[in-house]
Amino acid sequence: MKTTGRMNVSPYFYLIPSLLVFAVFLFYPFFKTIYLSLFKTDKMGQAKLFVGFGNYAELLSSATFWNSLKVTWVFVVIVVFGGMFLGLVTAVLCNKAFPGIRVFSTAYALPMAIASSSAAMIFQIMLHPAVGIVNKLTGLDINWLNDPNTALYCVAILTAWLNSGINFLYFSAGLGNIDETIYERASVDGANGIQKFFSLTLPGLSPIMFYTFVVNIIQAFQSFGQIKILTEGGPNESTNVIVYSIYRDAFFNYRFGSAAAQSVILFIIIMLITLVMFRLEKKGVKY
Amino acid sequence: MSRMADSMTISGNGNISREELQKLREMMNSRALAKRRMRTGLRAAANVMMAFVVLLPLLYAVSIAFMPSSELFTTELNLLPKHPTIDNFVDACRNIPLLRFVLNSFIMAGFITVGQIISCSLAAFAFSFLEFKGKGILFMLVMATMMVPGEATIISNYLTVGNLGLLDTYAVLIIPYLTSAMGIFLFRQFYMTFPVVLYESAKLDGCSNLRFIVKILTPLTKSAIGAMAVYTFINAWNMYMWPLLVTGSDSMRTVQIGISMLNSVDAQSITLMIAGVVLIIIPSISIFIIGQKQLIRGMFSGAVKG
Repeated sequence: MKTTGRMNVSPYFYLIPSLLVFAVFLFYPFFKTIYLSLFKTDKMGQAKLFVGFGNYAELLSSATFWNSLKVTWVFVVIVVFGGMFLGLVTAVLCNKAFPGIRVFSTAYALPMAIASSSAAMIFQIMLHPAVGIVNKLTGLDINWLNDPNTALYCVAILTAWLNSGINFLYFSAGLGNIDETIYERASVDGANGIQKFFSLTLPGLSPIMFYTFVVNIIQAFQSFGQIKILTEGGPNESTNVIVYSIYRDAFFNYRFGSAAAQSVILFIIIMLITLVMFRLEKKGVKY
Repeated sequence: MSRMADSMTISGNGNISREELQKLREMMNSRALAKRRMRTGLRAAANVMMAFVVLLPLLYAVSIAFMPSSELFTTELNLLPKHPTIDNFVDACRNIPLLRFVLNSFIMAGFITVGQIISCSLAAFAFSFLEFKGKGILFMLVMATMMVPGEATIISNYLTVGNLGLLDTYAVLIIPYLTSAMGIFLFRQFYMTFPVVLYESAKLDGCSNLRFIVKILTPLTKSAIGAMAVYTFINAWNMYMWPLLVTGSDSMRTVQIGISMLNSVDAQSITLMIAGVVLIIIPSISIFIIGQKQLIRGMFSGAVKG
């Protein structure tokens, strides 16, 4: 070993590739976004006029922005609970061995391999008012994606479906970690299936449940492709989630400053939620 | 409980003969077996129904892809094509340069996957086997990047690559994604399970760090590398927002962006568009099915325990 006494620099070489990419494409742009959010910009995205918290003040007094927040909130709630519910149900169904279990678990995990844009185009046809399978099967005549009352739910359910695949994997792993013998003991004590599920399975899943919950929330906030393809924020702004609003402000209206301010607000919201979650974890999760 | 009562009545007068006991045991066994069979049957039935619901969008897409466009517009329920055809696939490839898009996506996702595996394993190696100043802080810094949502950086990144004149190149699609905090974390979780003695004895035998990574660490972490490769490739293949912003020409578009060119809801093009979608889903699904076992083993053996 040649490193007696003096500082060894070689460990840093192994970090250079990763840290370089992080520095250029994560840390620098992150601070630049904060910087841009304090300016009015020109069409090229150059900061031109310092306005302090002017962009933020404008946003907080704009009805469109508050609508975006509301829409995002509804969207995230449906996506997180829908996606986790579907993941949990499928994981419980596949928990005990039976013939064909491999095929079914592949099927349940499959949505994680599908792109949001591909899924969006399939759903577009499924929800098509004239030829779509949804109207045909239900006998309804609803223009799902053009009706402000239904569009958001459609996009949210699609996203929940997309996220359910990886949730299935998380929950399956979590179920595998639960000690089988506690079920046997509970059976001897006369517990029925439902009691066992609520008093053994759910608490046993709580560590992975917590992790899945946090990941799902963060992911749900970032959904973009499906909204761009299916509704473009419409009809009547009813699906204009923050991420889409950022995209539209920056790349259609060239208001980079305002878009940057929205990004910062989104970051703060996600960070606060994550921090709150970790606080709650200490109380609610049993290891 | 009533079953218990049944069995009690059989032995009503106290003493049970051997045959009676044998018969009783067989009866209970067959009952338990029947019950277990019924449970398994119910479970299988529930799974069939559930899998159908989960897969419905995909099955529907495949069905539409084989349907002649004339068949689509009827008022009756047309779940399966009456006269299946592959014209839609042929037309989809003819209308847009689909093969070129597929090639672009493979180049992008391939480089990102290989790049992430290299950069992440190097970084994870340093974090788990080497001692250096600021190790704790640097690791925290890397982990903190997971908290930053993509939207908080994407505008500035777009402006950066625009100013560098990199728009519409492979480089701009690949370079920003050449590392990931999740990958570093995953590899580190694996490396931490190796005894340090392994590293120290290799060192004593004169094995250099790089050689140690290539010759010893890599073969031992195949499952982690497999999991990482599957996960990264699928995510890169499915990327949407960044390629949408930075590519403009057909020669650089990735499949996810290119396929939207087929997206117009007029009568003729629906079947064609869905055929295109089915074509581009095939690579990611195949890789997922082939690599599923690796993925699960690699991601969940200690890496994610909450």
